[in-house]
Amino acid sequence: MKRLALVCFLLCSGVSAWAVDLGSVAPNAPLKELAGTEPGKLSGIADYKGNLVYLDFWASWCGPCRQSLPIMNKIREQYAEYGFEVVAVNVDENLDDALGFLEQYPVSYPVLLDPEGKMPAMYDVQGMPTAYLIDRKGVIIYKHEGFKKSDEAKIEAMIKENL
Amino acid sequence: MSKHFLFKVLSISLLLVFVQGCTTVKAWEKGYLSKPEMAFAPDPMEQKIMDHTYFAKEASSSGSAVSGGGCGCN
Repeated sequence: MKRLALVCFLLCSGVSAWAVDLGSVAPNAPLKELAGTEPGKLSGIADYKGNLVYLDFWASWCGPCRQSLPIMNKIREQYAEYGFEVVAVNVDENLDDALGFLEQYPVSYPVLLDPEGKMPAMYDVQGMPTAYLIDRKGVIIYKHEGFKKSDEAKIEAMIKENL
Repeated sequence: MSKHFLFKVLSISLLLVFVQGCTTVKAWEKGYLSKPEMAFAPDPMEQKIMDHTYFAKEASSSGSAVSGGGCGCN
């Protein structure tokens, strides 16, 4: 009986969230591409293995994203030839919101759609925007929460260091 | 094991199961919350004016932020 009570208690305790740390392999989920090489096809960060990837979670309602997207676009254009790519994951539940935002702040890097929030849940994202720098072997080496203009230098330095 | 003890264990377990229904809004799910109609005060300036009028009429000491002050009108 005591064992039954213990089992009942443990079953009801719930499980902890799947979190990722620096040094762990970046989780991946196939998502529909909104913009990029082949809009509409399923893509993921696994497709960019071998590149230094900046995985950026953003949404149309995220204020700092109005600064981060154009800045990352500029950085990406600078370093793309060295094997750097930005993969943006949009978490808007309404596609029109994302499209409207991209009309105002267009980017030349792939944008994946994740309205159900599969990827941010895998990464246990705590704030928006959050970005992860993933090395060429698919390991997370840097995490950046939030965004302000002064972060540009820090992010660029991290990218240059790991190219 | 008495029936009473078993009943207690099962009720606590059931309670714990239901409590897991309480959840926080995840960071990426705040799209609807960020809409202006979801804010307590969608227009901060209008809210400030209303607060100021309220406290002036109530003849109580100022409860809302009135920077500068000194006019004695609050």
